[in-house]
Amino acid sequence: MFQFVLRRLASAVPTLFIVVTISFFLMRFAPGGPFNLERPLPPATMENLMKAYHLDQPLWNQYLQYLKNAVTGDFGPSYIYKDNTIAELIGKGLPYSVQLGTYALLLALIGGVIVGTLAALRQNSFLDFLVMSVATTGVTVPNFVVGPILTLIFALMLSWVPAGGWGDGSLKFLILPVITLALPQLAVFARLTRGSMIEALHADHIRTARAYGLPQRAVVITHAMRGALLPVVSYLAPCAAALLTGSAVVESIFTIPGVGRYFVLGAINRDYTLVMGTVVLVAIFVIVFNLVVDILYGLLDPRVRHD
Amino acid sequence: MTADSMGTTETVLSVRGLKVDFTTPDGDVNAVKGIDLDVKPGETLAVVGESGSGKSQTMMGIMGLLANNGRVAGSAKYRGKELIGLPLKGLNEVRGSKITMIFQEPMTSLDPLYTIGRQIAEPLVHHKGMTFKQAKVRVLELLKLVGIPEPERRMNSYPHEMSGGQRQRVMIAMALANEPDLLIADEPTTALDVTIQAQILDLLRSLQQRFGMAVVLITHDLGIVKHFADRVVVMRRGEVVEKGTIKDIFEEPKEDYTKMLLASEPSGSKEPPADTAPIILEGRNVAVDFAIGGGFFFGSNAVFRAVDGVSVRLKRGQTIGIVGESGSGKSTLGRALLRLLPSSGHYHFGDKNISNFDRSAMRPLRKELQLVFQDPYGSLSPRQTVGEIITEGLRIHEPQLSRADRDKRAVAALKEVGLDPAARNRYPHEFSGGQRQRIAIARAMILKPKVVILDEPTSALDRSVQGQVIELLRDLQEKHGLSYIFISHDLAVIKAMSDYVIVMKNGKIVEEGATGDIFEQPHQAYTKTLMAAAFDLE
Repeated sequence: MFQFVLRRLASAVPTLFIVVTISFFLMRFAPGGPFNLERPLPPATMENLMKAYHLDQPLWNQYLQYLKNAVTGDFGPSYIYKDNTIAELIGKGLPYSVQLGTYALLLALIGGVIVGTLAALRQNSFLDFLVMSVATTGVTVPNFVVGPILTLIFALMLSWVPAGGWGDGSLKFLILPVITLALPQLAVFARLTRGSMIEALHADHIRTARAYGLPQRAVVITHAMRGALLPVVSYLAPCAAALLTGSAVVESIFTIPGVGRYFVLGAINRDYTLVMGTVVLVAIFVIVFNLVVDILYGLLDPRVRHD
Repeated sequence: MTADSMGTTETVLSVRGLKVDFTTPDGDVNAVKGIDLDVKPGETLAVVGESGSGKSQTMMGIMGLLANNGRVAGSAKYRGKELIGLPLKGLNEVRGSKITMIFQEPMTSLDPLYTIGRQIAEPLVHHKGMTFKQAKVRVLELLKLVGIPEPERRMNSYPHEMSGGQRQRVMIAMALANEPDLLIADEPTTALDVTIQAQILDLLRSLQQRFGMAVVLITHDLGIVKHFADRVVVMRRGEVVEKGTIKDIFEEPKEDYTKMLLASEPSGSKEPPADTAPIILEGRNVAVDFAIGGGFFFGSNAVFRAVDGVSVRLKRGQTIGIVGESGSGKSTLGRALLRLLPSSGHYHFGDKNISNFDRSAMRPLRKELQLVFQDPYGSLSPRQTVGEIITEGLRIHEPQLSRADRDKRAVAALKEVGLDPAARNRYPHEFSGGQRQRIAIARAMILKPKVVILDEPTSALDRSVQGQVIELLRDLQEKHGLSYIFISHDLAVIKAMSDYVIVMKNGKIVEEGATGDIFEQPHQAYTKTLMAAAFDLE
């Protein structure tokens, strides 16, 4: 097990390297640069800036320099937020985003599994159709529509919760952004669970469990659900990535000072180092979640146990 | 008050007017049309029938295990207690405690995610109110009883770590856990190799004698019935055709259908080809390795030798039967001979040395080397019409043919295998298993091959249908001078079809020779065990 984790972490190194390389060059080939402002800078200033940030050097040199620094954990200064390094910016925003993402992930996972299971147990009933239509809506309506509508109803009209901001980080500030962020993922989990649960309930070993007079609870939870969770668990990694990107919009709507907004700001401003920093962050997240998925998979299914 | 004190002990299970219906998009299907049967204490009642006879659905209906679209009506009393319409809670007091079941599929009937020890303990925990810890002692006892070696270690095994036979033993242990009155065995040995089948049946019988429970044996295999049951119920299309003791049914069957079932064991034999017949396909020192495990980055590359230095020489007009249990390498050998998978050895087809032929070099020869598979459901594409399926090979091997010519060939091929030519505009799911196997044979025959490898072509079929397919294969062989390699675990079919037999085990040839010699005077111990297991039952 320990060996397996080590091996997987080792194989993450080439993945990260490829991700960094591709995004570095893609970003540089995109037109424009960090200092191409609406009002052009005087050529002398421009030259000095380029020199200060080593942007006047050949691209290969810049790339090697970036790699060298990145290995030591130095992702450079931001070109736009000039007083901050990338590490500082991410370090400041990450706790908010992680909190938001964790709650959203838990809500999506637990809610989705419960709802999907209920739908599977009452297949083709009214409840099933209701759940599945709501789930389809959840996937199709974008979060920049859901967010404002929720704000309009629950914050402005009913005044139950604040309309935005982080405040002291208490629950009432979190409710709306978490729901907005979680909803599409909850819908995906519900659909996945329903499908795999229906399949699991038709398995031969479920017939065995019924034939041996096991109570419905044991049949459904002990035997059917554990197997049905396998595809659901696999979706955790793409879900984590989706929550990260989703947070860019949600954090903007609810003015939460997380890292999500840096995705957008970095890209628009051609803030090379900021974009690179967020790309590495997302890549690490996805790699870690993939590892978590594989470990969970092994715990759930003895056939793929790594020992 | 218990049922016993009410004096209803004569029958364990009494079924009257039992009906099972399924709602389908094409209307209702009456799977069981009002049948009566009784099971007496301690006896073995065999319910015999071909697929679709309703024999399994009868028991599923009684036990409340029908699919969602199924309904059951009528009466089924366990020691006087009506089971039909009983609420789930009441039914669950009987299921797994008084009446238990074992199923056909030992591979899938156990939950792959829990240890077998836990699964055997579950009925004890739920019915006897034990904790899993308390149940452990009983689980060990049960595992010993069903002959699982090293029970202390094995109880922590997962189903995938056990063989099919062992899993069926585990199911039996589970069935016995609460000392039931009635054990329903639904095709308990159909998915198992013959030697394992004999062991499982012996085990069931000795346990039955020891504990005195009644057994309902659902099967299509009359050999097993004769050996194992006291009374027989013959079912067909949801109705009982005939009932009686073993003696009645086997010696004086009254109904035509019963007589037909009894006569449908494969019969006949095949004359060997003339000594002068040329060798058409030869493989010398065939060996096939499969990589097992082995990682991408690290990890070792372990190799499993599936076929280990086997030589086969097929003459024109000959049928070589390859017999072996699952894992013996017989199917792999068949594929290797057709150069369908990487293998080492020397291969000749006619006078060509094809040892070093790669994929593209083999392609022109594929027309003459055909393969028919076991599973007539999985081997036909569900999205192509039968016409498209059988003419696909023509489009590749004889591209000069016009559409009309291809259609003509399709009509001829379908007629040859005994199907209505109109079948070519329909889809595979509209056909029965036997008809699908005919389609698969037509697909091979349309190319006018010289060699056909038949990989368990009759194993998924009912005995009566099996007989027809064997007849068809024989006719085709005679008419076209075909050479067959007939791979099967079914000795009766091998005996009827082939003139030369190769017995395989663990990738090696155990024994080979003329069919008569192998069946009458086997020399090797393994062959003898195989014969005993297969024919002592019949």
